[in-house]
Amino acid sequence: MADRVARPPLADDADARAAAAVPVALPVILLPAGAERELRLDLFRGLALWLIFIDHLPNNILTWFTFRNYGFSDATEIFIFISGYTAAFVYGRAMLEAGFVIATARILRRVWQIYVAHVFLFTIFLAEISYVASRFENPLYAEEMGIMDFLKQPDVTIVQALLLRFRPANMDVLPLYIVLMLFLPLIIWLMKWRPDVTLALSVLLYALAWQFDLYLSAYPNGFWAFNPFAWQLLFVFGAWCALGGARRMSRVLSSPVTLWICFAYLLFAFCVTLTWHLPQLKFLMPKLIEQWMYPITKTDMDVLRFAHFLALAAVTVRLLPKDWPGLKSRWLRPVILCGQHSLEIFCLGVFLAFAGHFVLAEFSGGGPVLQLVVSLAGILIMSGMAWIISWYKHSADKSASRKKGAVGNADMAGGGS
Amino acid sequence: MKSNPVSLLGPILLAGFLAVAPVRAQDAPAHCEVPAYLLTTENTLPQVENAIKSGRPLDILVVGSRSSTISTSEASAYPARLQAVLKQMLPKVAVNISVELQVKKTAEEVAGDLVKLVEVKKPTLVVWQTGTYDAMRSIDPEDFRAAVGEGVVALKEAGADVVLMNLQYSPRTEAMISASPYLDTMRVAAQQYDVPLFDRFAIMRHWNDQGDFDLFSASHGLDLAKRVHDCIGRALAKFVIEAARIDPVQQN
Repeated sequence: MADRVARPPLADDADARAAAAVPVALPVILLPAGAERELRLDLFRGLALWLIFIDHLPNNILTWFTFRNYGFSDATEIFIFISGYTAAFVYGRAMLEAGFVIATARILRRVWQIYVAHVFLFTIFLAEISYVASRFENPLYAEEMGIMDFLKQPDVTIVQALLLRFRPANMDVLPLYIVLMLFLPLIIWLMKWRPDVTLALSVLLYALAWQFDLYLSAYPNGFWAFNPFAWQLLFVFGAWCALGGARRMSRVLSSPVTLWICFAYLLFAFCVTLTWHLPQLKFLMPKLIEQWMYPITKTDMDVLRFAHFLALAAVTVRLLPKDWPGLKSRWLRPVILCGQHSLEIFCLGVFLAFAGHFVLAEFSGGGPVLQLVVSLAGILIMSGMAWIISWYKHSADKSASRKKGAVGNADMAGGGS
Repeated sequence: MKSNPVSLLGPILLAGFLAVAPVRAQDAPAHCEVPAYLLTTENTLPQVENAIKSGRPLDILVVGSRSSTISTSEASAYPARLQAVLKQMLPKVAVNISVELQVKKTAEEVAGDLVKLVEVKKPTLVVWQTGTYDAMRSIDPEDFRAAVGEGVVALKEAGADVVLMNLQYSPRTEAMISASPYLDTMRVAAQQYDVPLFDRFAIMRHWNDQGDFDLFSASHGLDLAKRVHDCIGRALAKFVIEAARIDPVQQN
């Protein structure tokens, strides 16, 4: 869903300061109105979607262009953070304007949409797996084929999938997102009261999750690959930034010291990841650091990953001003459009990753050329779809406003994704 | 990745092996070279070294899951190939291999049984192939790590050297089994307990990328499995010799 709402800028903003200066009984959250749409959020969310698609294509030469190979964090962090940011922005406004109950109802409606999307993807996954299971016969992989045993009990498996407990690989982001969105009303409500306390509570929950090993179990066993108790920190942090935190941090963000610390950390992370890809360099890593640092878990969103994301974000906000003319260039248009319709494009990306994997497998593992073709085709399809959705919504909005005047379509604006 | 100084070592070592222990032509696999960096390790196998240098028999125990065998022809699986190649490389040493298959067991379940196995067989070296079943069941990587650690410690205390072997590279199931946390965990565990890690995953992926084997293909019958296991056996033999810091030239 497109959120046809202007986004608040990350850094300070004239409107917001003006609003803050007015000494009326203001709510704690300040939502600058009338600001221009924050294209940087769309840009990076679109980019994250592309990268998630590329990373989901196994054995793909293009993954060398995705930045998970050059640092600790990856596109998932961007996606969750921006989702928290936009969701809080859109529904935070709804909560101010229409009240808690209405906003909650809208959020739940959104959750339902994501849930349906997840079930849809699961169906496609099931079809692919069943096909592979019935065709694939290779004595070398007799053991690995056991992963398809779940097909023998579809009754249990499908129910567990509907309960979000059975999630095949690569289908972990949406369930995480569903859980996070379910708690969004509570998060925004707390943020309206005390944003900093809310963020502190979130950090506390993160710490407790690490201390007491909190997790959600999965079916048939194991755990959620993205631990919601840990990943909520990023989502809440995004919400906190959207609801005024980013503005209050602007002084810290614009200090050169911060910038250099970020650069130093990014360089450190780059060097560490280099030793993963070039095992010949492994001897350069001091063993003590290795033992302290490893494993850098994605499941529980290791602090090192979170810090890496923060550093990346800080550097990006600094180097890419929100009025950068390139944001309006037509070369970035496809990626921005993808970011504006993220739920649809995310689902399409997961589907295309399945399909692409299938194509690569059918053509004997595919050479680098085929990998390149499949990846580029996927990105083109995603962009084309985003363009169609955007065109459709645009004309639908136009005819709607002709009929009922400029009431707008608040539900359709329920972006968040 | 391709132009590393270590890669020169591979051909040199290989030439050394070939000169001393010529492999009969019909045994030689088509192409399954392994880059040297995948066969070098800073961790050593002192018991193996002692046994070979003092001429005692080399008793190897392979503990693994189903990917340590080929169901209808065990004699072509990598443990048997390892034995054959080691015998060629070390003609003066008696090499005995036994295989303990622990099918459908997590590392934690296997770790508990390791001590018993070692007490019975008294091996010089245990090759512990693990991780696949844990990955398929999405065992918590932390638990997996603890289990691998527990197993390795038990084996070492029982006086055996240990080589850890990780998962197979299985491109068809890549979208279903997420291997990387278990690969990472095994790398960490190997470092932590100073045991060599035989990186079966990276080696097989290298073969697939180089076009030596088409591991993507849907059906290949037994032939592919046999050839891959043969190559794994060879690579593992080199790896063991390398980790034991043995120069096969002197052993002849």
